[in-house]
Amino acid sequence: MSMLEVKTLEAWYGAAQVLFGLDLTVGPGEVLALMGRNGAGKSTTLKAVMGLVERRGSVRFLGREVSRLAPFRIARLGLGFVPEDRRIFSDLTVMENLDIGRQPPRSFPDGRPAPAWTPEKLFALFPNLAGMRDRRGGATSGGEQQMLTLARTLMGNPLMVLLDEPSEGVAPVIVEEMARTIVALKREGISVVLSEQNIHFAALVADRAVVLEKGEVRWRGSMATLLADAEAQRAFLAV
Amino acid sequence: MSLDAFLFQALNGLGAASGLFLVAAGLSLIFGVTRIVNMAHGSFYMLGAYLAWTFATGLGGAFGWWGGILLAAAGVAALGVLVELTLLRRIYKAPELFQLLATFALLLVINDATLWLWGPEDLLAPRAPGLDGAVDILGRKFPSYDLFLIAVGPLVLSAAHLTLTRTRFGRLVRAATQDREMVGALGVNQSLLFTAVFAAGAFLAGLGGALQIAREPAALSMDLGVLADAFVVVVVGGMGSIPGAWLAAVLIAEVKALCIGLGVVHVGDVAINASRFTLVAEFLVMAVVLIVRPYGLLGRAPAIVRAVAEAETPLRPASPWLRAAGAVVLVALALLPLLASSPYTLVLGVDVLIAVLFAASLQFIMGPGGLHSFGHAAYFGLGAYAAALAVAKLGAPMGVALVLAPVASGLGAVLFGWFCVRLSGVYLAMLTLAFAQIVWSVVYQWEELTGGSNGVFGIWPAPPFDSRAGFYWLVLALVTAGVLFLRMVMHAPFGYALRACRDSPLRAEAVGIDVRRVQWAAFAIAGTVCGVAGGLFAFAKGSISPETISIGRSIDGLVMVLLGGIGSPTGPLLGASLYTLLQDSVARWTDYWRALLGAIVLVLVLVFPGGLSGIAARVRDLVRGPLRGLLPRRGAP
Repeated sequence: MSMLEVKTLEAWYGAAQVLFGLDLTVGPGEVLALMGRNGAGKSTTLKAVMGLVERRGSVRFLGREVSRLAPFRIARLGLGFVPEDRRIFSDLTVMENLDIGRQPPRSFPDGRPAPAWTPEKLFALFPNLAGMRDRRGGATSGGEQQMLTLARTLMGNPLMVLLDEPSEGVAPVIVEEMARTIVALKREGISVVLSEQNIHFAALVADRAVVLEKGEVRWRGSMATLLADAEAQRAFLAV
Repeated sequence: MSLDAFLFQALNGLGAASGLFLVAAGLSLIFGVTRIVNMAHGSFYMLGAYLAWTFATGLGGAFGWWGGILLAAAGVAALGVLVELTLLRRIYKAPELFQLLATFALLLVINDATLWLWGPEDLLAPRAPGLDGAVDILGRKFPSYDLFLIAVGPLVLSAAHLTLTRTRFGRLVRAATQDREMVGALGVNQSLLFTAVFAAGAFLAGLGGALQIAREPAALSMDLGVLADAFVVVVVGGMGSIPGAWLAAVLIAEVKALCIGLGVVHVGDVAINASRFTLVAEFLVMAVVLIVRPYGLLGRAPAIVRAVAEAETPLRPASPWLRAAGAVVLVALALLPLLASSPYTLVLGVDVLIAVLFAASLQFIMGPGGLHSFGHAAYFGLGAYAAALAVAKLGAPMGVALVLAPVASGLGAVLFGWFCVRLSGVYLAMLTLAFAQIVWSVVYQWEELTGGSNGVFGIWPAPPFDSRAGFYWLVLALVTAGVLFLRMVMHAPFGYALRACRDSPLRAEAVGIDVRRVQWAAFAIAGTVCGVAGGLFAFAKGSISPETISIGRSIDGLVMVLLGGIGSPTGPLLGASLYTLLQDSVARWTDYWRALLGAIVLVLVLVFPGGLSGIAARVRDLVRGPLRGLLPRRGAP
């Protein structure tokens, strides 16, 4: 059974339609890269799945229709969302930020327990954060905020993570750390959908790719095929 | 004043600060999380007092005086939950102004419900048992209950601080204050959180009101009275900051106490009675703080609001159809004196026309200007008093008085506007309210010139306008000219610049528009035109009193504009007419016209968030099917 199954997804910002009938599926432990240029609809797709923008169409998570649920209900089913602009709570300390994301442990559909995260385990995964538990979120660097956002979402013990532009605007060393983390999550059985413009980053972590243009799917296939397809890259990704 | 007397007054001020802090803290808490400025918060305070009176005097005193206080606060909290579930939940995604309007309508309903339940008399409660004496401080008698109140402020402040920092609920409140959408995306049930926060805020207001019954009687005027004060405290302290609210409550209560303590001060040969400047002093403190720290003492610049803003409908020149309709209406209005069977028709006609000009000038600054003024009564009042005083004190002829009216209100708008255009959003709304209150309190307290609460009398139109029909035609001519002038300005290049400043101040600056100057000029235009309405009002009534230029008139104007639809220049004409006629007829049917008015407003806001002129658009949407825009968005809390 697929973890996430999206059919004919449409989304709007106010009166403007941004997505025009998108189909996606993501399997257990699979990493899917949503690719495409700026404004292609990558971030909107993730937000629409999460219920953060006005949307229509079918979104099934773990076989359950969630397209009419409020975002918090979707999150409580085990779907984690990491926004591109990080959106950490800058007035709260690092520990308090983690606490906001806390949810009870849960299991995969096949009964295996999903990884249950604690602040200590997350500090092992992101050693940089360990030294700044009581620092205000707003007083951390961009890269630290990126890790904190992901860590905060992991506190909800998700079965699947929607990761919006993890490599954008952070130092190369952080990008490497994000890639390492995604691979680690995959190894734990967690599925990941990431929106990404950087094909080199996607190549490091993704199994499959879906390429968007103007809110529609223009290409789909394995990451390896996309890497070999210079024509598709030029048509949909080159700037 | 001796040092002892000064300290004694300072102590008095601290006692008064506590009640104010409780209300303001609740208001601030609710605004922080839900982003709603809850006008009905004044009602919660008032209800706290009335409920506490009932528990203290009735029901056989079963719960004791102190138990009654807590029960009253809990009762108000329960009402808060009901209000949140039935009303606020539907308007979280509505534009800010509709939220203000809806909660204000609720205030009207609650006020009349209180009148119905408890009657019009002020209700005096027994003193607090155990604290009904006085202690000797600095050689004077100080009520021991006030000492207790002084302690309540810091106690509640510490309790709130501990809750916010040490509990998960508190952390969620702080996180939601910053980014409630993200809190939801992390799996937190926002609806529950919002309800809980609203209940907590209502509890604080109810507690504040209940604790007051040992100092002053429960009265129907408590709601609006405390609301203006609480706004000032919240804005001075910083929206969303509870320590800021305490600091501001103390600051303002101290300034007021100091004014009373100073009594009559002699500056050279002039005797000034400082105790009569308490109202002015309070609002001056607010104006100064906002100029120095625009977001309040402990406030911070508001985070980017993440709600998707509805695009403003573009303004189009009147269509031939609308022009024709306007001409027909105008001809019909001009013929009214010849057709009217009752003389009252013309009196009502004058009222409607003046309301139309008042609302049109407000719509000009709110719609195309995007500057949400909560104090438009200031310019109405300046115009009315300028005209009235010109006649009464200078013996000026009517023509001169009607010229002086817009001059005075225009100058007032230039002065106030200079400060106002430096702020935006809720802060701007509160500053305009503060200026209107300054005008009101100057008028109220400067008895020698303005006649104080009695007002100015004997302002009657001169020939040839001394007949009902003559005056009606004069009003019709001036109102038509004013409305057409505002329309013309909206469609002039200045109007484009004004709308550019509203839609994107940054981009407007980038193309070379001096945003503040344009908005300042818009303030002056709106104020000047509004002054004409004020001047006409003075002549229509023959008198003017502070009551007619109070906060109520500003709110009336807002309701008119919002009823008509804020985005359309035709809207205020419809809204003002409907509102004035409604008020007139409802007031004749029933003593509870405010409740009925409030109920009608609530229904309108909930069903037609675009105002009267938005009804057509809503109907189109309905016919098209998907109900998008009418229903709360999916995923709304």
